[in-house]
Order: sequence, then structure tokens, then C-alpha cells
Amino acid sequence: MKPFDFVQPRTVDEALAAWEPGAAWLGGGTNLVDLMKTGAVQPAKLIDITRLPGLDTIETRADGATRIGALVSNADLADDPGFARSFPMVAEALLSGASGQLRNVATVAGNIMQSPRDAFYRELDPPSDPLSGGASLAVLGTGGRFAAVNPSDFAVPLVALDAVVEVRGPGGAREIALADLHLPPGDAPGNSTALRPGELILALRLPAAAAGFAAHSRYLKVRDRTSFAFATASAAASLRIEGGRIAEARLALGAVAPRPWRVAEAEALLAGRAIDADLFAEAAEVALSGAVAVGGNGWKIELARRTAARALAMAAAGTPARMPALPASPFAPQAGDLIHA
Amino acid sequence: MSLSIRLTINGAPRDIALEDARVTLLDLLRERLALPGTKKGCDRGQCGACTVIVNGKRVNSCLTLAATLDGAQVTTIEGLATGDRLHPVQEAFIEQDGFQCGYCTPGQIMSAVGLIAEGRAGDDPERIREGMSGNICRCAAYHGITLAVQEATRRMAEAEKGDAA
Ligand SMILES: Cc1cc2nc3c(=O)[nH]c(=O)nc-3n(C[C@H](O)[C@H](O)[C@H](O)COP(=O)(O)OP(=O)(O)OC[C@H]3O[C@@H](n4cnc5c(N)ncnc54)[C@H](O)[C@@H]3O)c2cc1C
Ligand code: FES
Ligand code: FES
Repeated sequence: MKPFDFVQPRTVDEALAAWEPGAAWLGGGTNLVDLMKTGAVQPAKLIDITRLPGLDTIETRADGATRIGALVSNADLADDPGFARSFPMVAEALLSGASGQLRNVATVAGNIMQSPRDAFYRELDPPSDPLSGGASLAVLGTGGRFAAVNPSDFAVPLVALDAVVEVRGPGGAREIALADLHLPPGDAPGNSTALRPGELILALRLPAAAAGFAAHSRYLKVRDRTSFAFATASAAASLRIEGGRIAEARLALGAVAPRPWRVAEAEALLAGRAIDADLFAEAAEVALSGAVAVGGNGWKIELARRTAARALAMAAAGTPARMPALPASPFAPQAGDLIHA
Repeated sequence: MSLSIRLTINGAPRDIALEDARVTLLDLLRERLALPGTKKGCDRGQCGACTVIVNGKRVNSCLTLAATLDGAQVTTIEGLATGDRLHPVQEAFIEQDGFQCGYCTPGQIMSAVGLIAEGRAGDDPERIREGMSGNICRCAAYHGITLAVQEATRRMAEAEKGDAA
């Protein structure tokens, strides 16, 4: 690891003033310290933001709109009973990610800002074929370039629910839709976001409408082993069902694109229709229609298609009373004791 | 650059001067504080061998920079027993054969202590396996580990009931 300066500011103003080119924010460090060990990232200065006051609370307004401080840990958010009741698939996604130890430390801001897992980003001397191993290669949203998938589970349901990121920086405060946070790949397969130099994430927000899906929401993650592995494909599916029909649908896919991948076309197709397995297959087909296999990962397209259809069927069956439903395996029986169905 | 931090490690306060902010909690414990019970497996957050309890929560000490921890309470495997009396999780690991070579065991035990405190798994083996998935065992002693966590969970719940009565 390269030596670096270390500061631990006590206010947001102090933190913003400490930023300079080459500096990096340190949240839980579970991604950044890992990358610093390989030398893939070499900050000249670490600004430890974990002592900043007021960024570790979850606030819920009467209408259900929720604001999550940037420093809330992945574990604390998933375990907050009110939050899990209103946004069950977000809790399910959080608990499907990483391990108990990592979730205790990982912050929500660090999670959505985490780097892609491909060796190209993680090692100082990437393999000569940097983007080998199709599991981490994007099949959607690449604009014909090589790109690694965004690895975050948490960001997938968040993007389906129209989450917004609150930031502050040298230019003042602003908001960025989570859907616009991760930029399309440029010439280098780097990890670029819409954050400007020196901007700090202060909170994530979910709008009131997002809580309207609580009764029919699931996050389904498929991976190489049952637990403690990144997704090979995942889907967040939410339905608002009225009188046996789908009034409104949300669908986002994970581990297929350089960003959490919301599929508006599939959502439009589902709206107003009756619940039906063929309909879910059709929506999943639409969701993957533009996908292009890279590096032999055609299997990912088929896997994502089936994962999307399955997640929609699970959402239609209803949010289980106890979340997350276990075992966290796509082979588990679909229905348990359903509270809402 | 020199940084000084104060940690309470296994109940004892320690003032520590770090000449460099790169030191992880894992390296600090093993190399500087003569507490080698905490193991280094991957050094990347992937195996759980380095699990310790910081401020009541299980964490991977290999990804934690010591400089961030000023004021923290740290419990390692060395601080679990009370004199000659083993912690219920340690006892259960012995009784249920929760290990073979023993390399992952300190991390498994600290992780189990953290999991039981989180109250997430209860004694459901499926939830215990999920809750313990951040700890890899190269000897694949998983069956015994699951039984040990289940057993310790029950015993600790009973002891708590006894205390309350
Ligand atoms: C072994 C392993 C397995 C994992 N498995 C999964 C998995 O299955 N699913 C999954 O989703 N994730 C997984 N992860 C990733 C994990 O979720 C992330 O490492 C974690 O969420 C990052 O949070 P952090 O607070 O530790 O971030 P840090 O490491 O502190 O920071 C990560 C990045 O975010 C930036 N950052 C942090 N906070 C802010 C802020 N407030 N404003 C602006 N920028 C900020 C940092 O500068 C850095 O670039 C895994 C990680 C490991 C090591
Ligand atoms: S040594 Fe820390 S997780 Fe492997
Ligand atoms: S007992 Fe040998 S690695 Fe677990």
C-alpha cells in the first residue's frame, strides 16, 4: 500500500475543506482498503468520514418518504423494522450482499459507490486480457464497448424505486437521480460516476410512492454459491396490484450492465395486465432484448431473463412475512407464509 | 506522520502510537500487540479468519485501518474466556467438533459470538449457515460449526433466562 495522509474531520464543512485532488473519502473501507492493498487505487490522502455527525440516521416522513444518512451501515438499514416493512426488497438485497461482518461496516454511500469487481480494476497489473471471465462483463448498456457490471445488490431495488442521491461539494448542494449516478463506459473501462471532484454523498432518498409496492416486492439473486458471492444475475421486481390486475410495475436487473439496470419497457408492458406467468416471461424477454454476449457470457443473458421472470412471479405471490426469505437460494420454494397475497 | 489512538482491547486500555496510517487492525493485533489468535487468511475480506468484535459488532480486522478506531472497544479470541472458563461458543465448538486444523476457528468463534448477539439466526440451521457464510473453512468443518452455533445459541438463551429468573 502507498503511504497516505489520514484525516478524521468532525464536521461536514471540515471534511469538504479537507478534500484536494488525489484525496478519497473513507467510509467503511471494505472496498477502498481492499483496492488500496493491491495498489489499484492509490489515494494521497484519506478523509475518514465515519465521525461526521448526523449522517447515521434513517428518517421517515408521515407519507412514507425516507431519507437514509450516508453513514448508515448496510446491516442497520436492513435490520430497521420500519424500513424493511416499507421497502422489503431493499432489505432483501442488502442482506444478500457480502457477509455479516462486511455489512456491519459497509456504509450505504460506499455500497452504491463501490468499484466493479473485474480484475482490471482490482489489480495493479491487470491480466493482459483485462476483461476475461464473462461473469463480470456487461451485456447491456455498454454502447458496444467492454465494460464490467456494477456489482452492487443494494442499488438494484433502489433504482427501481426512483432513489435520489443528495450530495454536497465545492459547488454547493445538489441531487442526482440514482439512475444517473453511474456513467456509461467511456474509452477506459473505469468506474466513473456523476459525482464531481470533492463531492460527498450525504444521504439517499426514497420517494413516498416507493413504499406503495411493499406488499409485492422481491429481490432475487443468482450466484455461484448460495451465500457470500456476487450476483451472476439478479432482479428487483415490484408490483402494485389492484383488483387482481397490475396497476404499476417496477423492474430492475443487476449484474448485467455497468449500472443498476431499470427496464421501463418491461414495466410499461406489465401495467394494466392481469397476473400471468406468460406475461412475466414476455416482460423478461423485453428486458433482455438488446443484450449482447461478450467473452462467451451468453449464459448470462438467458440467466438474467429467467431471473427476471422468476422475480416477477415471486413478487406477484407476495412479500413473505419474514424477510429475507431463506434459504437465500433461487431453488427454494417460492411461497412461504404470505402476509399480503 | 504519527497518529496516536487509544483502544480498549479485551478490557484493557492501550495507548498506541502508529507511525503510519496504513496499519490494519489485524496487523496491529498480530504484529504489535502480541495477540496472534486472530488469523490472517486472505487479507481481503473474503474468508473471515480475521473476525473480531469492534464496539459490539463482528468485523473483518483485515479491512479495518487501525487509525480509524480511536476510542474503540475490541474483543479478540484471547479475550473470550473468563480465566479457565471457556465462553459457551468455545465450549460448543469443542463438543460439536466444529473444526479440524483450527486455522479458521478463532474467526468462526468470533463471528458466531457476533451472530448470536445480532439475534438474526436463532437456532435455525439454515439461518445459521447464512449468518456464518462470511467465514470460510478450508477443512469444511461446516456441519460441526453449524451444530456448535446452534448449541451455543440455545445454551446462552437458557443461561439468560436463568439469570432473569
Ligand atoms: C469479500 C467481499 C464480498 C462482497 N460481496 C458483495 C455482494 O455480494 N454484493 C454487494 O453488493 N457488495 C458486496 N461487496 C461490496 C461491499 O458491499 C462494499 O465493499 C461496501 O458496500 C462498500 O461500503 P464501504 O462503506 O465500506 O465503502 P468504502 O470502501 O469506504 O468506499 C467505497 C467507495 O465509495 C466512496 N465513498 C464512500 N462513502 C462516500 C460518500 N459518502 N460520498 C462519496 N463517496 C463515498 C469511497 O471513496 C470509495 O471510492 C463485497 C465486498 C467484499 C470485500
Ligand atoms: S483475513 Fe480478513 S477476511 Fe480473510
Ligand atoms: S478447521 Fe481448518 S480451515 Fe476450518
